Amino acid sequence: MGKTIAEKILGYHAGGEVKAGDFVLAKADLMMGNDGSLPLVFEASRRIREFGVRSPEKTIMVLDHYCPSPSKEVSRLQEEIRDFAREYDCLLYDCGEGICHRLLPENGHVLPGMLVVGADSHTVTYGALNLFATGVGSTDLAVAMNWGMLWFRVPETIRLQIDGNLPRGVFAKDIALYIVGSMGSSGAASHAIEFRGSAIDEMDVEGRLTLCNMMVETGAKAAIMPFDEMTDCWLKPLKIQGDHEPVKADDDAHYEREIAYDISGLEPQIAFPHEVDNVQPISSTRGVRIDMAFLGTCTNGGPEDFKTAARILRERRVHPGVRFIVSPASRKVVEEALADGSYQTLIESGAMINPPGCGPCVGAHGGIPADHTNVLSTANRNFLGRMGNREANIYLCSPATLAASVVRGEITDPREFLA
Amino acid sequence: MGVAHTFGDDINTDYIIASSRKRDTVDPQKLARYLMEDIRPGFGLQVKKGDFLVAGRNFGCGSAMEIAPLVVMAAGIRAVIAKSYARSFYRNAINLGLLVLEADTDSIDEGDLLEIDHSGFIHDVTKGERIQARPFPPLIKDILDAGGIIPYMERKYPRSSP
Repeated sequence: MGKTIAEKILGYHAGGEVKAGDFVLAKADLMMGNDGSLPLVFEASRRIREFGVRSPEKTIMVLDHYCPSPSKEVSRLQEEIRDFAREYDCLLYDCGEGICHRLLPENGHVLPGMLVVGADSHTVTYGALNLFATGVGSTDLAVAMNWGMLWFRVPETIRLQIDGNLPRGVFAKDIALYIVGSMGSSGAASHAIEFRGSAIDEMDVEGRLTLCNMMVETGAKAAIMPFDEMTDCWLKPLKIQGDHEPVKADDDAHYEREIAYDISGLEPQIAFPHEVDNVQPISSTRGVRIDMAFLGTCTNGGPEDFKTAARILRERRVHPGVRFIVSPASRKVVEEALADGSYQTLIESGAMINPPGCGPCVGAHGGIPADHTNVLSTANRNFLGRMGNREANIYLCSPATLAASVVRGEITDPREFLA
Repeated sequence: MGVAHTFGDDINTDYIIASSRKRDTVDPQKLARYLMEDIRPGFGLQVKKGDFLVAGRNFGCGSAMEIAPLVVMAAGIRAVIAKSYARSFYRNAINLGLLVLEADTDSIDEGDLLEIDHSGFIHDVTKGERIQARPFPPLIKDILDAGGIIPYMERKYPRSSP
């Protein structure tokens, strides 16, 4: 019987052949924690006798959730993380460098064939580069740091076949929202997702990162893209030294389900409050006033997202009733956006730009909405209270839809702006 | 032998321990008295060491934080018995050594006296019935027998340094 990508990667790291349903101990190639999760990981590490970091070069810590720190309590926790990283010689990306899920792909830490664990649910993002990456708990990460391995249940795989040509004004984010809407918030619970199809072949790694990022909203344990020229294009400029092995599923691999989508007729999509799977096409969205708009996050804070928004906002102004907040996903994104002019365009249109980081997505700081206001956001979650106020309504969309909407002051179809 | 306390489907981690209580402390021992407070006020004070939580589908959905299973353990719960579990709760429970049994719980009523044995049977002493729990895969059974993933790894790989 042939193997899926998940079975191959987990088998390789467990040192034997495995199939869906098996429970295995597998060696992780990379372990990641951030300032949202590390304090709890440290607590778990204190329950391990003679705790140590087995492979500091495989252990990455990122300060991204609360940057710069909004309080002295958070500052203290961030100091603990800095001390820990220094003590054990782990790689640390400090405040202002960017979001973990942008930094790891951008800097070549996550490569084809790897098994990556992160104490953050959106760790699934890295599957865009043809690897198995999954979010784990705090005891899990402490165990992985100390012993270099972790237990897994080898997941069944759902194959998503995405065909068709992406229509003008429709982006990877719209595909992601559409899939989450149609599969539901537990549609892929504990499963791996493998992508294929002509729309995937045409999609660059930026789009794939967005798509994989959001698959955790279907309950997926991992979301994995094929390795192809697009992957190569992304990896080449990084000049990777270490070896890495692209992984392909066998032709006779067993998939629990196969779901096919044709995106040729897809419209821009909106997730309505307060669930990510509460998705409607933009044509059935009429007259939703917006008070605040947020461009950024590990889903849509990349250079292409800045470019797309700037294309629409060039020589236009943000509607006077809208607070438009932007958080670049990394320092490199800022540099690129400065170089191509999109950063200036956003400023001139009336945007407020935060430093790189998670920003207001998790409701910590940098733009907390008022009671009874509507927020339009390019983030991945719109749960009640997600942005720090249970009395606010969050709608999710693509950067293009966001840019068109900040001009009009209501949710607007970006195709009206993209001739 | 312990008493069954029955709950429905989709018991989320906020029901298990309310977020508002976690603001003041994250010490499971101090939080144990607030177990299930929002859906059954006073429950945390009534529950006795060795009692069972019995529930329907998708027990432990919601946040992936480990505090929920830690509070269940601190309250002295012998085991959770549910039709199914949310992935993160199940994983965290096993890592911490909390016994989480999967079984058909329809026949168990509030107040029934339960006992579990090593062959995976739940004995409803009140009703004189026996319910088969879904057997654990060997690795999970070993982790639970060791008392969680940390003692399991400490035993299996005693030297933590490379």
